[in-house]
Amino acid sequence: MKAPDFDYLRPSSLDVALAMLIEHDGEAMPLAGGQSLMPMMNFRVAAPEALIDLADLTELRGITVDTDTVRIGAMTRYAELMSDPTVQAHIPLIGMALPHIAHDAVRNRGTIGGSLALADPAAEMPALMLALDASIEVAGPDGTRMIKADDFFLGMFETALDDELITAIHVPVATPAQRFGFHELTQRHGDYALAGVAIAKTDDSYCAAFFGVADRATRVPELEAALTRQDNIKTVLTHLDQIDFTDDLKANHTTRQRLAGVALTRALKGMTQ
Amino acid sequence: MTGPAHIFDKPNRYIGQPEPRADAARLLQGRGRFVDDEKLPRMVHAAFVRSPHAHAKILSVDTEDALSATGVIAIYTGADLAEHVTPYIGTLTHLTGLRSAPQHPLAMDVARWQGEPVVMVVATSRALAEDACELVDVDYDELPAAVNSETALDADTPVIHPEFGSNLAWERDVIAGDIDAAFAAPGVHVIEREFRFGRHTGVTLESRGTLCEYDPSEDQLTVYYSGQAPHMMQVIFSKHLGLPEENVRVISNDVGGSFGIKIHTYGDEIATAAAAKLLRRPVKFIADRFESFVTDIHARDHIVKAKMGITEAGTIVGIDFDDLTGIGPFSMYPRTSAIECNQVLNLTGAPYVMENYRAKGRVVFQNKTLMCQYRAVGHPIAMAIADGLLEDAARKIGMDPVALRELNLMADDSYPRTSATGMKLDDLSHKRALRKLTEIMDYQGLRADQTEARKDGIYRGIGFVSMVEVTNPSPMFYGIGGAPIASQDGATVRLDAGGALHVSSSITEQGQGTNAILAQIAAGVFGIALNRVKVTTGDTATTPYGGGTWASRGAGIGGEAMLLAAQALKDQVLDVAGVMLQTGVEKLDIRDGAVTDLDGKERLPLADLARTVYYRGNELPNDLNPELIATRHYRVTDFPFVFTNGAMAAHVEVDTETGFVKVLHFWAVEDCGRVINPLLVDEQIRGGVVQGIGGALYEECHYSPDGQFLNATMADYMVPMASEMPDITIAHIETPTKTSVLGAKGAGEAGTGGAPAAILNAVNDALSPMGASIWQMPMTPERILTMLDNAAE
Amino acid sequence: MSRSIDIKLRVNGEDVGATVPARLNLVDFLREELCLTGSHVGCEHGVCGACTLTVDGDTVRGCLMLATQANGKEVTTIEGLADSGQSTALQAAFTKRNALQCGFCTPGMLASALGYVNAGGAADRDAIRQHISGNYCRCTGYQSIVDAICDVIKETRT
Repeated sequence: MKAPDFDYLRPSSLDVALAMLIEHDGEAMPLAGGQSLMPMMNFRVAAPEALIDLADLTELRGITVDTDTVRIGAMTRYAELMSDPTVQAHIPLIGMALPHIAHDAVRNRGTIGGSLALADPAAEMPALMLALDASIEVAGPDGTRMIKADDFFLGMFETALDDELITAIHVPVATPAQRFGFHELTQRHGDYALAGVAIAKTDDSYCAAFFGVADRATRVPELEAALTRQDNIKTVLTHLDQIDFTDDLKANHTTRQRLAGVALTRALKGMTQ
Repeated sequence: MTGPAHIFDKPNRYIGQPEPRADAARLLQGRGRFVDDEKLPRMVHAAFVRSPHAHAKILSVDTEDALSATGVIAIYTGADLAEHVTPYIGTLTHLTGLRSAPQHPLAMDVARWQGEPVVMVVATSRALAEDACELVDVDYDELPAAVNSETALDADTPVIHPEFGSNLAWERDVIAGDIDAAFAAPGVHVIEREFRFGRHTGVTLESRGTLCEYDPSEDQLTVYYSGQAPHMMQVIFSKHLGLPEENVRVISNDVGGSFGIKIHTYGDEIATAAAAKLLRRPVKFIADRFESFVTDIHARDHIVKAKMGITEAGTIVGIDFDDLTGIGPFSMYPRTSAIECNQVLNLTGAPYVMENYRAKGRVVFQNKTLMCQYRAVGHPIAMAIADGLLEDAARKIGMDPVALRELNLMADDSYPRTSATGMKLDDLSHKRALRKLTEIMDYQGLRADQTEARKDGIYRGIGFVSMVEVTNPSPMFYGIGGAPIASQDGATVRLDAGGALHVSSSITEQGQGTNAILAQIAAGVFGIALNRVKVTTGDTATTPYGGGTWASRGAGIGGEAMLLAAQALKDQVLDVAGVMLQTGVEKLDIRDGAVTDLDGKERLPLADLARTVYYRGNELPNDLNPELIATRHYRVTDFPFVFTNGAMAAHVEVDTETGFVKVLHFWAVEDCGRVINPLLVDEQIRGGVVQGIGGALYEECHYSPDGQFLNATMADYMVPMASEMPDITIAHIETPTKTSVLGAKGAGEAGTGGAPAAILNAVNDALSPMGASIWQMPMTPERILTMLDNAAE
Repeated sequence: MSRSIDIKLRVNGEDVGATVPARLNLVDFLREELCLTGSHVGCEHGVCGACTLTVDGDTVRGCLMLATQANGKEVTTIEGLADSGQSTALQAAFTKRNALQCGFCTPGMLASALGYVNAGGAADRDAIRQHISGNYCRCTGYQSIVDAICDVIKETRT
């Protein structure tokens, strides 16, 4: 199928882009890497009046690090994240996850900001943000604000964005005391996971974010508390009951819950040392 | 040496050699010519409004807005095209009792599956045609759908074709011996299982497509067609569009995979030809991926309740089963949709000595995409039934599955003979194949590894299949039933003035290496360097008449025709050379592009001979009129088809926590008679195995209860990708078929036919310590976990 | 209006200028406007890999990029890889190993394989399998493709 027709807009600055977004009053969609939006348009599932291509917004590029935070421009591609020494050194969890995300040709176009704005519940990136306690920097008509990852994902393909664009992601620099774990279960390499989890352990406290299991990337505070208390794994896993697991063709909710438990167990075993 | 060098043992001995394909370079440089690569002057594009419902009455079609949309050239409804295209019915007389209703290219009053074409839009680009499709307003009255094959025959299920009174399309019973008495005999264990085979489809990477050009000045239709059987399609276009057969030319250049998908009558393709005729300009239709999923034929979708009786000592006394299969709302034209079930009835247990056999097959209509012949028709089901039950029986009586096969396989020296179902068998090597298999895989070593691994909670399994494959079909397959499908094929070999050969054949190339093996046979038999043979296939205007490439028939039938033609041309050339050289033909041979003495000494280069014949005929005696061209045709005569056999094994690891299956390695020992090119055969078998693994572990067309196809994308319908596929070791036994000089049988479908059973058996072997087993394909993680749970309860 | 857009890019080393509909994706532009039919369209949703080509040196899905997004960029298709000799070694190895059958996946598979080889990928079968797992081949069993890529790496690094 061919995409329906649309106006193609290519703003040269963030301000212009935001003005375009307002002007089109919900009928325009920002185009980042296009690796999810283009398929939806090619299926005629998405039919925006206009596409606002963010490619020329230099404000949305670049990876910088200050003492305790890495700032990643929203238009940073997965491939750039993979090859960036700052990300590899300071955010090892992203490095662990990236090889599991799609394939080279997609990682060469797909962006971190695009993935977060889409909020696909099966995608890895939202869960990574939760686990890393990242903040999403967004710009809108009223200026710029920071949204904690925990407050950003509101549901399936639903975020806290309100006529706003993601400009950057702020991720705390990993401390020497932190440990990370990641595991996902896919039948085929690069597919969306049947269940997956990203874990950050800071001192003794755990943050575990699941993906592919519910309508959004999900943390379970009781489960994290149980991990922190070093409860036995069986007890830990009972807290998965808190998640409203998805039923779909590949796995029903019971299977998903079981697989989430396996992913968690294996991620814990594989934590960085 | 006392006579001309034998074709299989001479200087230009190409048959049997791993020669790289000559046409690979073209495809590797992006110079392929697939249908969508063709562009013609004034060409326009088709898109279709398709039924969103599995079953619905079409109340009205409003095309007014669409007609005025940008770029729209024409819009056709079912009724519009029915004035120009006669309906077709997918029945064959030898499938007694098979019934189906007339089909039109576009749905008329009722749509019977989600995806059935309802309205055709022709516009100046595909994108504009799709835009206009969105403006067509079809008013449907949704009807209850018959979706589940298990309830298709129930009284309260809607009958899809009311004139038939039920959803039964066909049924057949096969009975041999006395199965009830055999099962009731003392000491006989009866193993019973219910098998479920999911619906899957071919997913050719190049989707279906056609470009049709009509020239009214000559009433000539030219169809660029991505398909396997150009001459069959010529008849079909001619018959249903009302054109003389000779005025239809079907050209299949490069075909991007087919596997039985592109060999049927699809409404959208017929509509495209009709539109080209009505518009008097070229019309192109290329199915998109969604259209491929909902309209390409599907296969399998069988539910089989099966029993095997076995003595304590391990002798199989018989098999008894009931096969129920759903085929969609029509039987596909012209090959019909009863063949897969018929194959299951004919082939189950065919490798084994068995006195008693009872099988019932029922084929039912349902409101889903049509089902028809996809690679290894019926084989994966037949092999899984017999070999699945056999390994289950082996566990039951505590016997090794290889030993149990040894006991029951037909002996290699027992042919010709018939199977329990009356199939004529010859030139098979089940026992040698199985022995070779256990050697190359180090069976004992794997068993030892399995025992060790289990101690660490790692569950590996080894599974086997001994199989037959139907290849080289005779007229008894389709032609006898009235289908316009040639069972013979022809080859023409021409010596050109430059001393090169130009050959053509009615078999077709879809990637198997057809053109390569035709060149190898021609070069080897005639006596010329391989790079001096040019091959033409896939064009009804320029090739001999024949069936095409399907049912693993290309090499065996088309190859034999080429051998005969090359031999005939050689005889003719030697006659000319004998006169020119004043030497008896019995003292001459052709080697490496020259007429030689029997010891290989060059006497006359072929180019000199050909130039004399073509340019300076005055130098020849007046009564010598050489043509330097020969055509021969070949068909299988003494058998309905030529069976091959093989033995395969899978080594898998089941993750009992996740239900994931990892295929660690796969082995296949195949006896396809004479191997013409091992390089091509080996990877074709591997590709077949991978498709079989797809059916066993991944691929399934999911439908909602109301008949909506739920996973019609490549992200949701899982095909096997490189990461999860194992390395596959191939070995051969060569028992040439006595039905031809070449001795080649088919090999294209063996992997797909055998792999599912081997994987099933390997998974069940892995699960056996837990007392669990699974009998449903694909064996998804969830299904395996469910079986483990059930066993644990 | 902005529904058709002027673009300038380099394709296989040649400067190209065109006015394209906004919605036209890169692979359709190359195939239909430039008649570079070596790149194939298999699914139009970025899964099958048949349209894989190179933009500014990176492999991308030609169906998931608009032609207009290629404005100012350097695009290399299979025709360009072949004519410039960049893929000669892989082509030879694919031929020798029979790492193609119908040839429809082949241009995309070659582009992915070349990406792996050029990035210094190892002759490690599992790593190669993982790398090409975004490229669907229905004909081969993938094994010959893995063999061919291994061959090229071994030949060029010894």
